[in-house]
Amino acid sequence: MSDDDVLVRVDNLVKHFPIRSSSLLGRTVGQVQAVDGVSLTIGRGQTLGLVGETGCGKSTLARCIAGLIPVTSGTVTFEGSNITNLSRRAMQPYRREIQMIFQDPYGSLNPRRRVGSIIGEPFAVHKMASGAERKRKVQDLMARVGLNPEHYNRFPAEFSGGQRQRIGVARALALQPKLIICDEPVSALDVSIQAQVLNLLADLQDDFGLSYLFIAHDLEVVRHVSHAVTVMYLGRIAESGPKDPVYDAPRHPYTNALLSAVPSADPEAAATRQRIILTGDVPSPINPPSGCRFHPRCPKAQELCSQQDPPLEAKVNDPPDHLTACHFPVAQGETFARAGRVSRTGTA
Amino acid sequence: MSIVTELEVQSDTGPEQAIEGRSQWQLTWRRLLHDKVAVASIIVILLVTVLAIIAPAFASLTGHGATATFPKTGETSAGLPVPPGTHGFPLGTDSVGRDLLIRILYGARISLFVGVLTTLIATAAGVAVGLIAGYFGGWVDGVLARFIDAVLAFPYVVLALALAARFGPSLPLIIIVITFFSWAAVARIVRGQTLSLKEKEYVEAARSLGASPWRIMFFDILPNLLAPVLVLGTLLVPAAIVFEATLSYLGLGIQEPTPSWGNILAEAQNFYQEAWWYIVFPAAALLITTLAFNLLGDGIRDAMDPRTERIFASQRARKRARKRKRTQAREGGSAASQDHPDPAGPAAPPPTAS
Repeated sequence: MSDDDVLVRVDNLVKHFPIRSSSLLGRTVGQVQAVDGVSLTIGRGQTLGLVGETGCGKSTLARCIAGLIPVTSGTVTFEGSNITNLSRRAMQPYRREIQMIFQDPYGSLNPRRRVGSIIGEPFAVHKMASGAERKRKVQDLMARVGLNPEHYNRFPAEFSGGQRQRIGVARALALQPKLIICDEPVSALDVSIQAQVLNLLADLQDDFGLSYLFIAHDLEVVRHVSHAVTVMYLGRIAESGPKDPVYDAPRHPYTNALLSAVPSADPEAAATRQRIILTGDVPSPINPPSGCRFHPRCPKAQELCSQQDPPLEAKVNDPPDHLTACHFPVAQGETFARAGRVSRTGTA
Repeated sequence: MSIVTELEVQSDTGPEQAIEGRSQWQLTWRRLLHDKVAVASIIVILLVTVLAIIAPAFASLTGHGATATFPKTGETSAGLPVPPGTHGFPLGTDSVGRDLLIRILYGARISLFVGVLTTLIATAAGVAVGLIAGYFGGWVDGVLARFIDAVLAFPYVVLALALAARFGPSLPLIIIVITFFSWAAVARIVRGQTLSLKEKEYVEAARSLGASPWRIMFFDILPNLLAPVLVLGTLLVPAAIVFEATLSYLGLGIQEPTPSWGNILAEAQNFYQEAWWYIVFPAAALLITTLAFNLLGDGIRDAMDPRTERIFASQRARKRARKRKRTQAREGGSAASQDHPDPAGPAAPPPTAS
């Protein structure tokens, strides 16, 4: 990707949350290593899917990029300018360019404000339109995302979950941003509503040339919307690359395990596919495992994995932008031979 | 019950019509109007307010000023207050022959003025301090929270005594003292609410839009804590009225001959054996007014939180169901218990064992 095509570049981003003791002095007794050295790029007009288990640092990464929480180290670059840890005032112009859609369609809308006021808030904050002009713009936005502009004076409680998420989309769209960070925008919605909201996001991308950072734990949703995919595990990137190679030929055992868990609509494929069942829980980000962070749960782990941190690099025969952080990447067609790890799901 | 009807009303209107969503306040107001006690409290408060406002009209009607003494008609030959109804004194007179009714009405002006004014100032200050402490957190919160604790722990009568001794008792001093000891309660509630509200996703959404901390505090957080503040404010008014009466009673507040419920009561306690009306009427005025504000505060709290209403409604429904069952059982078994006609039901008094 040439520099002109890159909208956002994240370099070696680290976010540690200090754990303070509850005593009066509040000494720091540890660090939650929520994000630990993540680099990625989001292309203009592209969607980058970010997947991983709960607690792997996806949302923290999103908030660091949006400038909502200070970064411990590393840089975030937007259109060539460094926007890491800017003051609120200095960040203001970039706020117009980077907007967020939140997971919870109930929690992300102020229950005491009318919809017109919620969607008009960006105009008020940036002093871009007022009075009748603001109302007209808000109603245009409502129509654009498929809401009835007549409902301008309603409260969020009078809308369904899907409609509320459309309100959130309209608010994010108000300032005509270049990047919208979608933090699990559909995981709280019914499946039928998910499709509507995803199609809306896709239409908006076509119309406005938007870029998305699309966070989800539903792999099929990510496959549907993304151009590129990044898989995170415990604050690090396990694998990243264009959608097709990552989905069709995953190299990291963790990606393989995630993909093997996706339910298949085809009963024959479901009966014959190999499922990799990971044992144990995600280790604590306060005290992550040495070496490769995935090694305690990895079916392919060897001595080296617990000692040396694998670099994120393109493996043999992979396209140069398909990167994997693994000492022993999975070869195409390889089956995991460890007993007890493999099961058939035909009876499930 | 009101919730169901509201939903029905809304579903009846077609999608073509532009429907104005009912705000939380409209819903609260409707629920409040269903609460008989709250409505009665509102009426009492309005009545007291009107009486206080038109107190001069009463004074000119009776020809009795608030501080005018009537040694000939207003005192018995022994120099004691005359009882209610004598010589044109509807509620009798006080120890120096002044019209008690007029003095109580003028006392209401002081009480309501002090109560409402201190509540307004204390609520505004408490909301501001609580929002700032809760939203900014860190050392700001540390300092402000300790200050709130200190004010709440302070023995206010001691401070009031000291201030009155130093500056001499006056109305502005009373207002300052009451305000100073009232805002902390509001600040503590607001701080606690703000601590939880600032973690809401819509606050994060506002931050991601670039809204300033002040905008978030006053446009996003404040509307969500107006409900508890309104309840607390309504309950602060009677507390301030009692506080003023206490200070005046102790001689630190409103000074004779200006009437205040507190200083009337202080004087009246010397005559409680000879003149019951002297202490009963001002005490009743104080009681009724503060009670009305307290009941209104409770009513607003119930109206703000419809869950309590539903709890009461379900209790009523259960009671009704029980009663119905009893009636049915009685009617079903009436043939067996024909010789025991029991019109009052199980609540009838037990037969007297004479």
